[in-house]
Amino acid sequence: MAFTNEQIERYSRHIILKEVGAKGQKKLLNAKVLVIGAGGLGAPVAMYLAAAGIGTIGIADADEVDLSNLQRQIIHQTKDVGKPKVQSAKETMEAMNPDVKVITYHEFITSENILDIIKDYDFIIDGTDNFPAKFLINDACVMAKKPFSHAGIIRFQGQLMTYVPGQGPCYRCVFKEPPPKDAVPTCKQAGVIGAMGGVIGSLQAMEAVKYILGVGDLLTGYLLTYDALKMQFRKVKLPSDTHNCAVCGDNPTITELIDYEQAECDGVGL
Amino acid sequence: MNITVAGVKKEVADGLTVAQLVIDEKVETPEYVTVTINDDFVDHGQFEGTVLKDGDTVEFLYFMGGGQ
Ligand SMILES: [Zn+2]
Repeated sequence: MAFTNEQIERYSRHIILKEVGAKGQKKLLNAKVLVIGAGGLGAPVAMYLAAAGIGTIGIADADEVDLSNLQRQIIHQTKDVGKPKVQSAKETMEAMNPDVKVITYHEFITSENILDIIKDYDFIIDGTDNFPAKFLINDACVMAKKPFSHAGIIRFQGQLMTYVPGQGPCYRCVFKEPPPKDAVPTCKQAGVIGAMGGVIGSLQAMEAVKYILGVGDLLTGYLLTYDALKMQFRKVKLPSDTHNCAVCGDNPTITELIDYEQAECDGVGL
Repeated sequence: MNITVAGVKKEVADGLTVAQLVIDEKVETPEYVTVTINDDFVDHGQFEGTVLKDGDTVEFLYFMGGGQ
């Protein structure tokens, strides 16, 4: 596949980087990334991936665009209120970059469909807002041996970590099981600064791009935390012993996917 | 003795347990925090019985569920 003149110009700031070059840009164009959740995190992730020329981007979300989403979900616009988020996201991505093929999944991810959805992708982005979905994505990616980026945002805080099979702890190594419903506030209950999705979602997109290019160090074995009020990032080293994990350990006790009870106030597509 | 908590060095009393440190540090939703000391996870059942040692590095890892 040779680049068109338009592609050479479009991706010139990538191609000029020695870590990318024409070869790296081809890798990006051949890559398939799935973004689960087209919300505060998923919006910037999907936009940066589309702009970067990730050739195939899957986007999964069951919800429709709501006016209260627009404070942070920058992939959707005022005219999109009421539209399925995946549709609105697809239109924005395709308008940004015609090189990108967008595949939409207008449904909740569940134990029934997740393995089938993730199987064709090289890297998965967890942009969901609730713990049942986060644990489901983790367990499915561990079982299917897929790398993924976890992230969470609330108020003025954010966190992320990257899981690559065999290269460090999974989400469940760190957080054993979902907290009971409403025990830990979600961003709907607690609020979140819109730019937080931009900060943390952009970092998720960066991890996906680095993984595809095979450059640099990923956030495997670390949890990156961001406190916007203190303007402080911390890269916290995670314990390296994953042997006892219920899903990625030596003798896993979780061998089938679990649909935990969804908190009433939120959904994958909130 | 001196320990490092969430990246901050501090002097604490000898014999301090993880359970007491969680209180002293005003950890939000302490039932659901993940605690690590040096390179190990500390189970919740071990908070009372785990006595910190000079030079320990303690981290509190919080659930962050938002994203949408
Ligand atoms: Zn694990």
